[in-house]
Formats: sequence, C-alpha cells, structure tokens
Amino acid sequence: MSEMLLPVIGDDETPFWEAARKGELRIQTCKSCDRMRFPPRPMCPWCNSTQSEWKLTQGRGTIWSFVVPHPPLLPQFMDLAPYPVIAVTLDEDPKIRFIGNLVERSGDAINVIDPSTIEIGQAVEVFFDPVNEEIHMPRWVRV
Amino acid sequence: MLKDATAIVGIAESPFAKKLEASECQLASEVIIAALEDAGIQPAEVDGMASYTMENTSEVDIAKNIGAGDMSFFAQVGYGGGAGPGVVGLLAMAVATGQCEVGVAWRSRKRGSGGRPWAGAQQASASGCWTRPFGLLRPADEIAMLTRRYMHQYGATREHLCNVATSVRKHANNNPKAIMYSRKMSRDDYMNARWISEPLCLFDNCLETDGALACVVVSAERAKDCPHPAVYIHSVAQGLPPQHQTMTNYWNDDPLRGPAWACADALYRNSDIQPKDVKVAQLYDAFSPLIILSLEGYGFCERGEGADFTNDGGIELGGRLPVNTSGGGLSEAYVHGFNLINEGVRQMRGTSCNQVEDADSCLVTAGEGVPTSAVILRR
Repeated sequence: MSEMLLPVIGDDETPFWEAARKGELRIQTCKSCDRMRFPPRPMCPWCNSTQSEWKLTQGRGTIWSFVVPHPPLLPQFMDLAPYPVIAVTLDEDPKIRFIGNLVERSGDAINVIDPSTIEIGQAVEVFFDPVNEEIHMPRWVRV
Repeated sequence: MLKDATAIVGIAESPFAKKLEASECQLASEVIIAALEDAGIQPAEVDGMASYTMENTSEVDIAKNIGAGDMSFFAQVGYGGGAGPGVVGLLAMAVATGQCEVGVAWRSRKRGSGGRPWAGAQQASASGCWTRPFGLLRPADEIAMLTRRYMHQYGATREHLCNVATSVRKHANNNPKAIMYSRKMSRDDYMNARWISEPLCLFDNCLETDGALACVVVSAERAKDCPHPAVYIHSVAQGLPPQHQTMTNYWNDDPLRGPAWACADALYRNSDIQPKDVKVAQLYDAFSPLIILSLEGYGFCERGEGADFTNDGGIELGGRLPVNTSGGGLSEAYVHGFNLINEGVRQMRGTSCNQVEDADSCLVTAGEGVPTSAVILRR
C-alpha cells in the first residue's frame, strides 16, 4: 500500500482527513452565511468571512459522471487499469462533487466494479478505508 | 481601445515532429528570427516579449540569442493551453499603450520527446489531492469526466466526437506541415481506436509534438510598412468564471459552462465582429470535446447543440464553420495551441492550405476547461 498515490494534506485539508479517520464526511461550511464550500480554502466566496466549521454530512450522493482510464498511467495504477473513477454530487449541496472510487466493501481494489454496471444517477454512500494511520480514503458503495 | 490598434505582421514555425534534435531554446530562437524576417524587422528592434508561464525558455535567454536591444516589456500568461491568445493580447496591450514597439510571442516545447507532465507526479497536492489519489490522473481523464456528463446531459455520442476528430484530420491531410498529413482517418479507424479514458479514445487526444512557433506584434501604423498584409488584433480577452477550477472544474453549479463563456462575453463586448460574422475559427483542441464546448461557449450555437453542429461536415472546409483548418492540436501539432494563432494569421493573409475564401475575420481560442483566452483577428 505504500506505493499508492496519496494526498498531500495541507492546512486547509487537515480537518477533512481528521474527520475521515473517524468515518465522517465533513465539509467546510461558512460560520457567517452557512454555505458549504469545496475544495476547502481560507475565505468564503459569498460573504468573505474567514470563520468556518466542518459540518457533518450524511455521506450520500449521486453519480454525476464517471470515466474508465486505460494505460498509459502512473505505475501505481497500471495493474489496476481499466478501473472506473466516479464523480459524486453530494446530497447536501450538489455543486460539491467528490471524485472517488466505487467498490463493494472495505479493502476492495478500485477495479472491482464492472464499469458497464455504472450509470449516471445511481445513489451512492461513502465509507472510509484506512490505507495508513493518517489516510483513510473515502470510497463509495451503491445503495 | 485595443480594437485594431495593433497587428500581427510576422509568423514562423519549426518543423513539427515526435522528436526534434534541437533544444527548446534553439527552436525558440530560430522561429523568432524567422518570424522577424517574415515581418521585415531587425532583431535589435525587439523591445517586448510575451510567452506562457509554462514556457521553459526565458526572456533573458531569448534576448541573448536573438540579439535583442533594450527590452521594455516582458510578461507571461498562465494556465498552459489557456494562454495562447492571451499572450498575443499582452503584446497588443503593451504596443497599444506604448510600453514597447516590437513585441514577439513564442512557444517552444518538446512535448513529443520530453515526457508527459502528469507522469512525473509522485504526490497529489493542492486541488490534485481531491482527484489524483482516486486514479483521475491525466488531463485526458479530467476532460473525459466532463465529456461523459455532456453526453448524458445533451444526448451526444461518440459519433459526434468522431465528427470532430475526422473533420480536423481532413484539414491536416491538406497541410504538408501537419504531422498527420499523410495519415487518413476513417470513421472505422476512430471507432476501433484504443481507449485512453472512456469515453475518450486515442483520436480524441491531441498529438505529442516537438515544435516551436512565434509571431510579431506591432502597431497598426507600423504594420503598413511590413511586407505582408496586416492581420489586425480586433479583440482579445481572457476568461475565468466564478468558482472555476482549472481542468478539474467539478465544484460549481454548472461545470459544462466553462471559461469559454466568460471569455466570449469579454471578447464580443469589445468587438464589431460577432459570432454570425465569423467564417473560420481555430478552436483549441487538446481533446476533441473541447471543440464542441467551444462552439457553444463562443456563440456559434446554443448550449447542448455543439455536438450536432459537427454533423454533415459542419466544421469542415465548406461547412457551417470550418474549424482548425491546419489540423489543430489533434492532427497538425500540439504546441499549446500556438499553431492555431499562426493558422489564424494565414487565413487572414489568404495563405492557408485550407483557405476559407470569404473569411475576413478569424476567431482563435485557447483551451476550454482552463482559465482561457481568445482573439478575433481580421484582415
């Protein structure tokens, strides 16, 4: 697993991954106007407040689009290809779209789902799969 | 006003190939000298320079190689394939406002032999941390995500993408400088090509090219003294819409309404030439779906109609709007879209391999999907 392409977690992203370790999908939300924003950043673009909190979501969404990459790819992904990658609109705010992987259960490789079974509009739910102590990767299952 | 205040008076380009022996600096220096010769201007007169932030050759190196004099303006535009017409626009503004008198723009890139930028990624930082760890690695994957959604939302199919790829290829088959000059592409060739990132196949992707191009910008007054007919910079604009994310534009209300729309608004606001007047266009085509989105964004059809616009030879010579008449990034060369600028100039000079006879203006765009730019050239 050490060869996975892992996210580099900066200050803005830290609360997301802290929540992920607890199995929670939290989204940065403006304390002043209560609007969610993603990716996380210091300032709310709608009211310019720099005060934010990380709101718990239900972790549910809808497949907005998907792709199936084939080689050439980074070495970490070559043996997995072709594998589907999905974009999921979050129920709480459909302009937030998570890029992620559709699987069946914890520990699955990202190529476990037959791409021909994937359709835009399918409902999905997140869970978090630990890859090391720091990173618990969000993965999606159909519901 | 910038309108028609400046003109492109010189263009040049290197050969295009998968691999060229000369360095990027040598290629850049050679094409700039050739573009100055085309303009009838001495290198020592160059006092302005503009290029892409991704350009590897610096103003310092170029000035030393070409023997430029005192330089009074030098600047760059960001966002890779979004830069092209914006680079020309920088020079137009600089010349029109007196910051320099002779400006050169260039792009030199050994993308064919020099490796793929995405392949060097060992980590996923910044916005990439939300996409790359999940296997959305390459520009092709990022645009494929928007393409699949477009197809779903508007009922477009691979037949439409095939229209784009085969139309542009036909233009390249008339251009001896195009990498794909001698390679015909049938619809079967397209449909049977290997996948790169479904729904995009090999022929939806641009070429990987070594090459360099340059152009020279001076005032409209000075342009009268140059050997070729002046090609006026009628309107130029950049575009960055609200809540846009470059390449991975997934985090706003309407990801399929990208930078082209913002750019088009600014472009036409300062232009006497409107979409109905444009008879030839060079639309940035790192990927075939970008042409479809750009047809919509720059006002040649309504949203969702870009795919059908390509039916029945719609973007071929003789069609509704001939697009990428030299073969574009898909079939001539991929040098971050600079070849589209030079082809726009040739169309206005009347020297294109696929000349649109009645074209008195030409739209040239940079990449949809990134903070972008566009220019309207006119005779």
